[in-house]
Parts: sequence; structure tokens; C-alpha cells
Amino acid sequence: MTASHILAALALALLALLPFVAADYALHIAIQILIWGFVYTAWAMMGRFGLTSFGHGAFLGIGAYVPALLWNLYGVTPWLGLPAGMALAMLVALLIGYPSFRLRVVGHYFALVTLALSQVVLLTLVAAREVTGGSLGMTLTIEHSWWALQFARKEPYYLIALVVWVGGLAVWRWIDRGIERIALEALSEDEIAAESVGVNVLREKLRVTMISAALTALGGGLLTQYIQYVNPEVVSGVSVSLQIVFAAIAGGMRTLLGPTVGALFTIVLNEALRIGFGTNFIGAANTIYGIMLILFIIFMPQGIVGLIEGVSGRSLRRWRRAATVPATRL
Amino acid sequence: MDIYLLEAVLNGVLLGGVLALLALGLNLIFGVVDVVWIAYAELVMCGMYAIYWLDAFFGWPFLLAAVAAILFVALLGVALHFFIIEPVLGSAPINQLLATGGFLFFVQSFATLLFGTDFRNIGLRLPLLEFGDIDISFARLLAFVVALLGAGGLYLFLTRSFVGTAIRAIAQDRDVMGLMGVSARRVYFLTSAIGGGLAGLASCLLVLQYDVHPFIGNSFGPITFMICVLGGLGNMIGGFAAAFIMSQIISIGGYYFSIEFSYVLAFLLFIVMIFVRPQGIFGR
Repeated sequence: MTASHILAALALALLALLPFVAADYALHIAIQILIWGFVYTAWAMMGRFGLTSFGHGAFLGIGAYVPALLWNLYGVTPWLGLPAGMALAMLVALLIGYPSFRLRVVGHYFALVTLALSQVVLLTLVAAREVTGGSLGMTLTIEHSWWALQFARKEPYYLIALVVWVGGLAVWRWIDRGIERIALEALSEDEIAAESVGVNVLREKLRVTMISAALTALGGGLLTQYIQYVNPEVVSGVSVSLQIVFAAIAGGMRTLLGPTVGALFTIVLNEALRIGFGTNFIGAANTIYGIMLILFIIFMPQGIVGLIEGVSGRSLRRWRRAATVPATRL
Repeated sequence: MDIYLLEAVLNGVLLGGVLALLALGLNLIFGVVDVVWIAYAELVMCGMYAIYWLDAFFGWPFLLAAVAAILFVALLGVALHFFIIEPVLGSAPINQLLATGGFLFFVQSFATLLFGTDFRNIGLRLPLLEFGDIDISFARLLAFVVALLGAGGLYLFLTRSFVGTAIRAIAQDRDVMGLMGVSARRVYFLTSAIGGGLAGLASCLLVLQYDVHPFIGNSFGPITFMICVLGGLGNMIGGFAAAFIMSQIISIGGYYFSIEFSYVLAFLLFIVMIFVRPQGIFGR
């Protein structure tokens, strides 16, 4: 038990107690931060290894629609619907990932393939308007119960989102611990060299891609359960895919909490600007957000957390140096 | 042959003209500057708004507004290169993609902020032409002809003029051209202006057929990339041909199924093609 373990446990306990003190509005923001933070973390699980997907909207859309359709059309509980959505997302990830990695489709070609995939999902959802409601979206049949995973109050949603988010961090850690991470880092540096020392590049890439897809789908499903409404433009297509990429990068995709910081930062900024500007200025928040993204990519591609770590690392070193200088003089 | 199918094929050809123009501009930028402008279709959106405001709001004649819009988007292309591309020229390609992606996000939101999400049109409705039983939209025919003229003009410029030759030379070997005394930086700016101008020209043609709204770029952007990659990124003739293949898939697919499913087909074809022939159909 190290100091950082105790700190993490303490922070978690505080987060779990939040519903007892926070107002509904704060809880609403917190739920969104947790769910989106979970999705961004899922994206960064592969993004940090050089697998930059521009198509996570595809997995988010599948995860959002499969449980919603199963529930609305057949009354199947989301407890089965959510895993079904995750399974389908994994299958799609396999279908797109296997040939990509096999044929070494990398860099911006991989980005464009996944971008096309997210468009395929978006347009399929719109085209199947008889069952999905098309661009108008679809409202969940309301039934407040654990069976339907719908609640009248925000607290249960918050606790579910918290558990899922912590689970996401645990998966990240699990990937970190295992041999996979060493393998993946090796291959994001130099694929051929990694292969020549016996890393099964294809299998490692596929595994992390399928995990990432499944968790993204779960995030999409939870979002739908919470909002109780789903719209193809919101959960799939280019816009949300880029939103995922940018928020994860803005927060810092190489650190455990980076993507969540990205969610916190973007959602709080959006809310603050929305309140500050009022609804007359829809788009103001995203305009400022867009400018910041460009600045981020040009000036600090390592993200907010990366920057903080860099600065605190530097000042720590400076402090240590300052502390050791008198010693050497003596 | 079914008359409606024939109409679909003809409409596909006409759509192909505009898509070819867009692909040409994007390919030019990629071939010369070696950066994918993921926000290319958003430049078209800016041009459409420029025409809308100048023509419908300030009452300029359409042609004057069109010329102004082309110049405006060309300037926008230069600004995009100066503010966003130049700082990341040395970065990994994926960072360049992300930087222009940030610009896409910014332009869409900024347009929402300025103009709201209303659909606007310039209120100029061109007639339908009838050839026997086939109806052809005059706006589409005009777009097709002008797009071809624009493509031809670009071809002549690149092959016959001194500056055009310098642009092609940079695309072939940027290091050696530097030694020959050609400033790559100036060629990049010029290319960005031409690429922007082509987007501006496309916006003049599209504003006659579609309402403008902040997210209209989403309807053209992705398909334009797919066309460029299909034809081989940077390969202008390949992109030109791929535009007509894609537009036929969309048009004929739209005839048999629905317009969304025809786009799904086009994107699926793109994904399969990247696996089978990553250098593009016409790549070497």
C-alpha cells in the first residue's frame, strides 16, 4: 500500500459520496464527465499505441442502438442488450482491424478507413428509418426499474457510471501490467523490430482494438440509458468520432487520467460557455474549443496532463537541484 | 434500358463533375504540400455562405458574388496554410490530419455561432431541362460543365505555365527544387490559394443546388477523401476518374435502394479498396 494507493482510495470514496451532497445539476454534469471520460479512455487505449481511430463513432453508435432497439422492439433487458452491443462492436472491430493490421494499413490510411466505417454506421442507422426513426432519433420506452436500467433519479446513474469508469481505468492498468503493453509500445516504435523479437504484432493490435471497441460500445449504451433518447448524428459519424479523438488528445492520451481530464475540461468548458453566453450563442463554446484544439495539437501534443506532468517534473527537478546545491558547496 | 435508370446514370455523371472538382483541389494540396486537408469541404461551406450573404443579403449580382467568393476561399486557403499547416509541416502525418480536423471543428462551430443552424438558399431556382422523357436539372448541368472547365484550366495551368511547372516539380522532389532556387514556401502558399480557389468554385456550383448550413461539409467531405484515396492520393487524373466511379455508385445505388444505402455501398467499397489496392485503383 503506497501513498498513491491511499490517495486513489480516498478520491474514490469522495467520488462515491458525491450524490449525497451534490445538486441534480452537478450530478448531471458529473455523470456526463464519467461516461464520456470512460469512452475517451477506451479510445486512448488504442490511440496511445499509434492506432489513431477516426471511427469510434461506429462503435459508440452500435453500442447505443443495439440495446435501445432490443429494448424498444422486443423488450429485451439492457442487461443483455449492452453485452450484445459490445459483442457486435467487437465483431466489427475484428472485421476492420484484421485486414488493416494484416495489410499494414497505418497512419492516416487507418484513420480514413475508420472514418469511412463511422460513416457506414451513421448512414445505415439513418437509412433503416423504419426501425431506428432515422435522423429524428428514437426515444426509449420508459420503465423505471433495474430490469430496464432506467431510473427516475440521477443517483443510480451516477453510481453505475462511476463503477464503469473505474472499471475502464482498471482495464487500462491491466493492459499496462501485461506483456501486451511492452509489445504494443515496441511495435508503435518499430513494428518490424518488434516482430523480429517474437511479438505477435497482429494479435496484440487486434486485442487492444477489440477491447477499445467493446468499452466504447458500453459507453454509448450507458449514454442512451441515461438520456433515454438516441440520435444517429449524436452517437455516430464524423463529428462524434473527431470529438472523441480531440478530447482524448486534449487531456493527454498517454496517461491514465488524461482522457478523463479531457472529458472534464471539454464538458465544463462547454457548460461554462453555455451559461456565460446564453443560448443565443450556440456554437460559441465549440468555436473556442476548436481554436484550443488547434493550439493543443500545434503547441502541446502531449495534452493537459502531459503538460502538467512535464511542468511539475521540471519544477521537482529544479527543487531537487536547488536542495542539493548547498550540500555540494559544503 | 429503363428510362429512370438512364436518368440516374446521367445524374451520376453530373454529380461526378462537382466531386471531381473537389477531389482535384484536395489532391493538388496533398500532392504538393503533402498534407491532407480534412476540412476541405468546410472551405466549400464558407464559400457558400459568402455567396449567400453577398447575393441574397447585400443584393450583389450572382456572378460578382461568385467571383468574390472564389477569391475569399482562396484567401482562406492561404490563411489555413499559414496559421495551421505551416506550424505542423514537420510533424507526423496524423498530427497534421488532427490539426486540420481541429480547423473543421472550429469552422463548423463558428458558422453555427454566426449564422445559426438554419438552412439558407439564395432563392435562385434554375429550370429543369427536358430531353425527351428525361429531366435534367440545369443547375447540375451547369455545375458539370463549369467543373470540367475548371479542371481543364487547372491542367493547362500546371502543364503550360512556368509557375505550374514549378508546382509540379515541387510535388516530384521538394529537396532538389530547393537547390534549383525554387522557394517551396511560396509554392505551398500558391498551391493553397489554388486549392482554396477550387473549393470556392465548387461552392458557387453547389450553392445553386443545395441549401447552405454549418454542417453541409459533412455531406461532401468524407466522400471527397474516399475519392482521392481511391484514385491514389495526389494522383489528379486517378482522382478525376474515381469521382465518376463513386458518383455512379451513389446515383445508381440510390435508384435501386435509397440514397443512404448507396453511400454505405460507396464507403464499403472504399474500405475494401484500401485493403486490396492501398495505392488506389490507378496507382502504380
